[in-house]
Amino acid sequence: MTLLAGDGPLHVQLAIEPSCYSRLVNKWYCTDYLRDRHSDLTSALVQHLQLTAWALLLGVVIAFPLALLARRLPSLQGLILGTSTMIYTIPSLALFPFLVPFTGISMETVVIGLGLYALTILVRSMLAGLLGVPAEVRESAIGLGYGRTRLLFRIELPLALPVIMAGLRVATVSTVALTTVGTLVSYGGLGNLIRDGVQNDFKAEILAASVLCVVLAVVLDAIIVGLQWLATPWTHRRRAA
Amino acid sequence: MRNLGDAWDYLTTAANWQGDEGIWHLLVQQLLLSFTALAIAMVIGLTIALWLGHLGRAEFLTVNLTNVGRAVPTFALLAILVSLDHPGTAEFGPYGRAGLATLIALALFALPPIYTNAYVAVREVSAPIKESATGMGMTGSQRFWRVELPLALPLIVSGLRLALVQVWATATIAALVAGPGLGNLITQGFYRTDYPKGIAAAFVVAVVALILEVGSALLERAVDPNRKGTATRSGPTRRRVTSGVRA
Repeated sequence: MTLLAGDGPLHVQLAIEPSCYSRLVNKWYCTDYLRDRHSDLTSALVQHLQLTAWALLLGVVIAFPLALLARRLPSLQGLILGTSTMIYTIPSLALFPFLVPFTGISMETVVIGLGLYALTILVRSMLAGLLGVPAEVRESAIGLGYGRTRLLFRIELPLALPVIMAGLRVATVSTVALTTVGTLVSYGGLGNLIRDGVQNDFKAEILAASVLCVVLAVVLDAIIVGLQWLATPWTHRRRAA
Repeated sequence: MRNLGDAWDYLTTAANWQGDEGIWHLLVQQLLLSFTALAIAMVIGLTIALWLGHLGRAEFLTVNLTNVGRAVPTFALLAILVSLDHPGTAEFGPYGRAGLATLIALALFALPPIYTNAYVAVREVSAPIKESATGMGMTGSQRFWRVELPLALPLIVSGLRLALVQVWATATIAALVAGPGLGNLITQGFYRTDYPKGIAAAFVVAVVALILEVGSALLERAVDPNRKGTATRSGPTRRRVTSGVRA
């Protein structure tokens, strides 16, 4: 009896041709999946973006004062770069568990972990950018009566921007990729879909989430390049004229 | 806080280190995976990079390989390899469940740092040094083995170091897709809400990562030809390549 009942829907399903993501077909590339599970992908993508954005923001907010400090006090430079490199060495899957006793199974765990990785890249690039400002430029600005704050924001940061932005691009692209590991604490954005796909042998889900991840990284990278272009008009004004 | 104390208890209990699911077995397995993958990536990456670097060709590959490696999540590649019919999750000798899939992913992600550093290292040996070598009558291959390679060695080893750290991190993630290694203890700890176990395993993974990093940093210093002579940094241009990929 149950066998017959179970048989019925299956025949019906076969008659109307199963969708390419049904267990019987399980294709890697499946537009039906993209259409039907549209909302899953969107919400995972939104979470992915949130995690990435918060982590990068946290990284920038901590890295900037650290870079300034490292520049002012060269004796601290080794300590700051050494400590951040040490954190960077720890695999992401091993970093999140250390944070859990403090932050629990929450979004903060992933944001702090990823922020620490971004921090390492950002401190290095900010420091390199600031140290790369020619001494003559700095001296002329001081000679013109620039105070320390105005010197930093009007002269040094704009000149250091290309190097800092290069670091931000690296940090952004690797943060997008790393966010997937956050699925360990259930906040992995697209990584949650990838894990679900592996557990249920759901190929369309794995591929769609993976491709979306790479696309997100490329798009964010392009946005930063665009912003940098807009923020540093002096690098391309001459060619345009 | 209590979790941290319990994690310490987990680490100091001898029984947790023994057996097939014990820390020792998984640690050895993960080290084996990491060094095998590194060896594969070295053979492939160094051969191509040193050859192309010596000839000074294929600049575009150097830039793009790193960018692609960075944008593709290690977790996604692992997931795809494991879900394919081959290699899938099949047992693979001492490398355990999904061993082959993990090895392939590890080797692929070790390639960008190895390749990029080696290529740049050979490419950037300063022109006057190369010219004097040729002027002294060295052939192309003599110049490569006696001049370019020794001068490039520190940067090459620096690439290996980045790759090793990367490989170790990726090998940990393999557990997220039911692969081998110490990551299994971490994921088990989380999925079965046995956090002390997860934290204990994370501690072991982190300590080994730091040992590998420091060990390879010492190796890097040891092979630096500029350290043996004068303290001044003469010789080839020393541009540090930060082409690491994170996992």
